[in-house]
Amino acid sequence: MLAKRIIPCLDVKEGRVVKGVQYVNFRDAGDPVEQAAWYNEQGADELVFLDITASIEHRGTMLDIVKRTAEQVFIPFTVGGGIRSVEDIRATLNAGADKVSIMTAGVQNPKLISESAERFGNQCIVVAVDAKRVPREGRDDAYLGPAPDEEIEWLVHTHGGTQPTQVDALEYAKRAEDLGAGELLVTSMDADGTRAGYDLELLRRISESAGIPVIASGGAGNVEHMYQALAVGKCDAVLAASIFHFREYSVRQVKEELSARGIPVRL
Amino acid sequence: MIAVIDYGMGNLGSVYNALRYVGGEAEVTSEAAAIEKADGVILPGVGAFGDCMANLREHELVEPIKRVIEANRPFLGICLGLQMLFSESDEGGPHEGLGVIPGKVVRFDHDLKIPQIGWNQLNIKQQCPQLEGVEEGSYVYFVHSYYVVPEDESVIATTTDYGHEFCSAIRRGNLFATQFHPEKSHDVGLRILDNFRRLVQAQ
Repeated sequence: MLAKRIIPCLDVKEGRVVKGVQYVNFRDAGDPVEQAAWYNEQGADELVFLDITASIEHRGTMLDIVKRTAEQVFIPFTVGGGIRSVEDIRATLNAGADKVSIMTAGVQNPKLISESAERFGNQCIVVAVDAKRVPREGRDDAYLGPAPDEEIEWLVHTHGGTQPTQVDALEYAKRAEDLGAGELLVTSMDADGTRAGYDLELLRRISESAGIPVIASGGAGNVEHMYQALAVGKCDAVLAASIFHFREYSVRQVKEELSARGIPVRL
Repeated sequence: MIAVIDYGMGNLGSVYNALRYVGGEAEVTSEAAAIEKADGVILPGVGAFGDCMANLREHELVEPIKRVIEANRPFLGICLGLQMLFSESDEGGPHEGLGVIPGKVVRFDHDLKIPQIGWNQLNIKQQCPQLEGVEEGSYVYFVHSYYVVPEDESVIATTTDYGHEFCSAIRRGNLFATQFHPEKSHDVGLRILDNFRRLVQAQ
């Protein structure tokens, strides 16, 4: 049976982990490669490096991290953040990443999704959907979305969730799939960082309409939240950062608890 | 020396890295001569079936690959490298394959998510050197929308369940090929690559 995937996320800034596992026994706690290897040993199903580097000058640093990770970590890993062009994608995949996550650039230039899916295969194109709830009455008049029979909707936000757009998140998810995305990484900007649980309604709505796998992100504070994202949100995978960052749970503990509750996981 | 065939389809670094990690001597090559004199050959593959076959033809690698397999040299196909061994594929086609294994490549037709992405389990159907130390029910990493249907079921080495049971690896003598990615399947995958390395060394 296909297992639900548990995916730790490492936030990397200028070559250093800024949100990853806090582990005293690392020689160098800020080294992304060392942390990746550690998660790999713990039984993580995949890894995500989120590059939050502000400056272009440090992009090469990320490629070096990818290259070194690929030499010693034999599970799939994805790089997201700062991917703007087919050239960026080619460089990241050639360095050894299995997938790239397209964020802001996919909203601004949807052709990037179709072009890269065609060139590199759907399987390596993960499209990020960063969504935030807005009251329907508060929406911009220019927005032409689904019939206003519900009180809330989700709009896509870009630039790490800081800039609102008038793009409906559910429609964007559907469009990304049509354009050739292999997976969707759905982050609730309302829940992200709260550790109060994923936005289950958002996850369920996207997951039920998508024909491709959906990865839940944003809001995990405990294993119950992860269970809900899988069981109620109907997602195929859960991504989490801080739950592992603060070492409250190891990946294995999370998997054992999920397994005990009837979720198929790789143990 | 193990030749990892480079025919312009995707990143071969992970196969090369994993092989090196288990102690294999490998080279990435698109030269027919290097492939024919290698002790073992790996055919990886990502992308569309038709493109992969077209690239193999363009690099004039179809006959060298067939000769290596004919000679029962240790051979490992991965993902598209399994599918291309078959007679034909429905993907964007029909497209003709290498025809080394009689049978077809067909698309999943059910309401589960396609592609199948993630870790799924192996039901072992053949005890063979290539699967030595791999336990029943082991998880390996898959990314695919199509699967192989061999005419002769005796070549099936493993099956996996996704909506229904499908063939996830084939084996005939020293020819072994997997739908999953051993190079991305952690300990189980490394074990399979190490088994292949030892098979090559034993020749």
